[in-house]
Amino acid sequence: MRIKTISRSVDEFTRERSQDLQRVFHNFDPSLRPMEKAVEYQRALTAAKLEKIFARPFVGAMDGHRDGISCMAKNPNYLKGIFSASMDGDIRLWDIATRRTVCQFPGHRGAVRGLTVSTDGNVLVSCGTDCNVRLWSVPRPSLEDSDLSSEKSIEPSAVYTCKNALLAVDHQFEGDLFATAGAQLDIWNHNRSQPVQSFTSGSHSVISVRFNPGEPDILATSSGDNHISIYDIRMSSAARKILMRTKTNSIAWNPMEPMNFTAANEDGNCYSFDGRKNEEAKCVHKDHVSAVMDIDFSPTGREFVTGSYDRSVRIFPYNGGHSREIYHTKRMQRVFCVKYSSDATYVISGSDDTNLRLWKAKASEQLGVILPREQKKHEYNEAVKNRYKHLPEIKRIVRHRHLPKPIYKAKAESRAMNDAKRRKDERRKAHSAQGTVVTESHRTRRIIKEVE
Amino acid sequence: MEVALEDNNLMEKVLPPDEQEIDVELEAKEKKYLRGEGANLESLKDKKLKTQLASREKLYGKSAKAAAKIEKWLLPASAGYLETDGLEKTWRIKQTDIAKEVDLLSSKNQYDIVLPDFGPYKLDFTASGRHMLAGGRKGHLALVDMMNMNLIKEIHVRETVRDVAFLHNDQFFAAAQKKYSYIYARDGTELHCLKERGPVARLRFLKNHFLLASVNKIGQLHYQDVTYGDMVASIRTGKGRTDVMEVNPYNGVVALGHSGGTVTMWKPTSQAPLVQMQCHPGPVSSVAFHPNGHLMATSGKERKVKIWDLRKFEEVQTIHGFHAKTLSFSQKGLLAAGTGSFVQVLGDSSGGGGYSRYMSHSMVKGYQVEKVMFRPYEDVLGIGHSMGWSSVLIPGSGEPNFDSWVANPFETSKQRREKEVHLLLDKLPPETIMLDPSKIGAMRPSRRKEKPTRGEIEAEKEVAIEAAKSVEMKKKTKGRNKPSKRTKKKKELVENAKKTFPELEEKNIAGKKRRIGEDAAAELPTSLKRFARKN
Repeated sequence: MRIKTISRSVDEFTRERSQDLQRVFHNFDPSLRPMEKAVEYQRALTAAKLEKIFARPFVGAMDGHRDGISCMAKNPNYLKGIFSASMDGDIRLWDIATRRTVCQFPGHRGAVRGLTVSTDGNVLVSCGTDCNVRLWSVPRPSLEDSDLSSEKSIEPSAVYTCKNALLAVDHQFEGDLFATAGAQLDIWNHNRSQPVQSFTSGSHSVISVRFNPGEPDILATSSGDNHISIYDIRMSSAARKILMRTKTNSIAWNPMEPMNFTAANEDGNCYSFDGRKNEEAKCVHKDHVSAVMDIDFSPTGREFVTGSYDRSVRIFPYNGGHSREIYHTKRMQRVFCVKYSSDATYVISGSDDTNLRLWKAKASEQLGVILPREQKKHEYNEAVKNRYKHLPEIKRIVRHRHLPKPIYKAKAESRAMNDAKRRKDERRKAHSAQGTVVTESHRTRRIIKEVE
Repeated sequence: MEVALEDNNLMEKVLPPDEQEIDVELEAKEKKYLRGEGANLESLKDKKLKTQLASREKLYGKSAKAAAKIEKWLLPASAGYLETDGLEKTWRIKQTDIAKEVDLLSSKNQYDIVLPDFGPYKLDFTASGRHMLAGGRKGHLALVDMMNMNLIKEIHVRETVRDVAFLHNDQFFAAAQKKYSYIYARDGTELHCLKERGPVARLRFLKNHFLLASVNKIGQLHYQDVTYGDMVASIRTGKGRTDVMEVNPYNGVVALGHSGGTVTMWKPTSQAPLVQMQCHPGPVSSVAFHPNGHLMATSGKERKVKIWDLRKFEEVQTIHGFHAKTLSFSQKGLLAAGTGSFVQVLGDSSGGGGYSRYMSHSMVKGYQVEKVMFRPYEDVLGIGHSMGWSSVLIPGSGEPNFDSWVANPFETSKQRREKEVHLLLDKLPPETIMLDPSKIGAMRPSRRKEKPTRGEIEAEKEVAIEAAKSVEMKKKTKGRNKPSKRTKKKKELVENAKKTFPELEEKNIAGKKRRIGEDAAAELPTSLKRFARKN
């Protein structure tokens, strides 16, 4: 006869000293956990609800400007710093952590329309409707600066004048060139008072300009005659052009896939293009109900933020047709500029109501130092939510966003109009000879032609 | 030399038999952790979804493999066993024999507590097996810490106690008393008097749902949420009084055994039973569920114990010859049956579903067994009887390895408090009680039944006609056996066989008509198609 029975001595299963950690034992046998799937589903539901409860994206507003914010620039050298400029010619450097102005850059008369910082973070370039380009040397961030509330003012290191009002400026990623957009596209060197190179095209002015993060000599512009153009500054004219039905207000290159860029269009959509293949958009991002004014990519390249004339800020996945998030407040007016912070955790918007607003990029994210156990818990919640995201109860909770009434109404209206149009097209197709009416896909619908 | 070299090469390729065995064992374990078959991805058209799901399946496979390896190598303890040599039989081994063989710690689990005044006793264990609650019929309630055999609290309620049950941990317990049932705290304080349910015969607690289920003297089934006191459901079973009630741990369904020999299964969200099974010709005296939820054992007054497969609702086995007053399954699937002063433990030694004698234990003559219950995570069977309670060793009955996050016998008070919060967060709504809980969190398949195709129906028809033709005719008399009559009869039979497939006939006609209509429509331009005559 051979016998063994379970016998556990208390010493083996408990800690020896009170300073020790409690002993933990695992047995993953499913039969010890009855109804585990139901429990997991319940956890997913709780996680979805908790996410909604903790969704408090608004961190704070930065006020100080006396007119609507027209443009912003990130300081590539300093995570906490952001430059903003307003319609009355005021330029400020903000400290995001304290939400205070660090210093001011006075000098512009009339609206400042473009702001950019060189990649090394030393030179700030601004331009405006007063036909001036001003170069400023950025003050070195120090501990005292961020603590002091007294605002310094700084003199420009150089002022260059040109003939026409300027609408945008962007700095090259490597090298010391920068491009201004106005009646024509000018390429400048820091040390020369005249543009190094100029590109003219048609009678319409250039609205925006953005250098490619991968290839320092390539830049994309959009102009008032509904063109999006890609230039190589080693050549004399535009390399490629796309003619669209509506104007493009801003362009952003994907920093992780630098051949792709996304254009913020006047018709409320954003169009992602492959720079090498422009006859159709890679993706159409729909959700805004009014013109998209500005766009900026997250440094991860997986998401971008847009600011719109409909008084809202949205965050889109780079390959998704609809936004994952909408931010709005009652006080926020038309959004003219948005930036994704360099650590991909915050979104900053500048709007007509003279305020900069700081938002969390993930609305329910827990900020600050997260303990490993908390981190595990967040990951678990994310995983179970992801697992059951297709089930109606959870999908409804996760997808729901409160919309301000004007946006809600405008959305319903545009949906009705689109439906009517679709029905009409279907009927027209049915009542015409076969092949004469072709339904165009959404990705090509708003593009008129592409010029090499 | 050459031959020897070749042999060596062969030896290298083939794994040694030990490792092969381990591989087979690990594979069997992996299957358990995979929790069923993976999704069929072949039929998916969405490529993106397909790759996503495929990578997910891969992850599941990996984690199952890791879990199987952990079970094989890392678990601290192995299950108990009782093995005999030669002619020795396991069921002849007595507790005194066992006591000589096992270690001191285990032999402490063999004892009789004699309390002749207030019996017979009902028992209940907490999920971790650390605490035991004993309720004497005449009003004696005792809460015992089984680890150090410490009597935590003993109270006397001075009225009949019909059943006792722990709530989610050892801090609270419920007792069904003469008129009402009560909830007590660990220190014996009366917390609630549950008047709504009337005189309760049986109490059971559903751990995942925090529901206290009870059946009362007039056969009403009540479900009460113990977190906020709401009566979730009160169901009139309409089957008369019963004191046979058990919860299926796999899905939370409550089974009642009735005097008519039926076993009914209930959920709080419907007034009608989910299942009614005629299990015995006479009254059902007890019901027990296997922890995996697929087996049910019932015993009837006609001296039979039956084992049922709950997936097919079929009888698997009948064990003749004794009437079990109380039945209980252990974590490892042993079945204990108590009758009179005798307790029999049945085991599924082959693993194929056939229960046979494993161990037995007879107590002092005159003791009447009231309740048997295996202590979780221990090789111990608790027996409540008319003269107190006893505890015997049944090697191989309990799960040797506990999980600290599921049920921890060595729980500290801080861990218990933490656990309580997590249990409450994971509390399931009563709607999740259903026969097949794997449906929760899954999509409902489309309701449309697949119709048999035309070809299949035609084939069936052919077979039926052939069968009709080959029918042997009887020899009749008085002119009814004429060849003309016989052919006529045969034709009739064939016609009848054809008539049993009316859809085929109708379809033929409809199909012809539609074909005409379709031709007409096909000629028209798209816009005019809607004016085409519909036949």
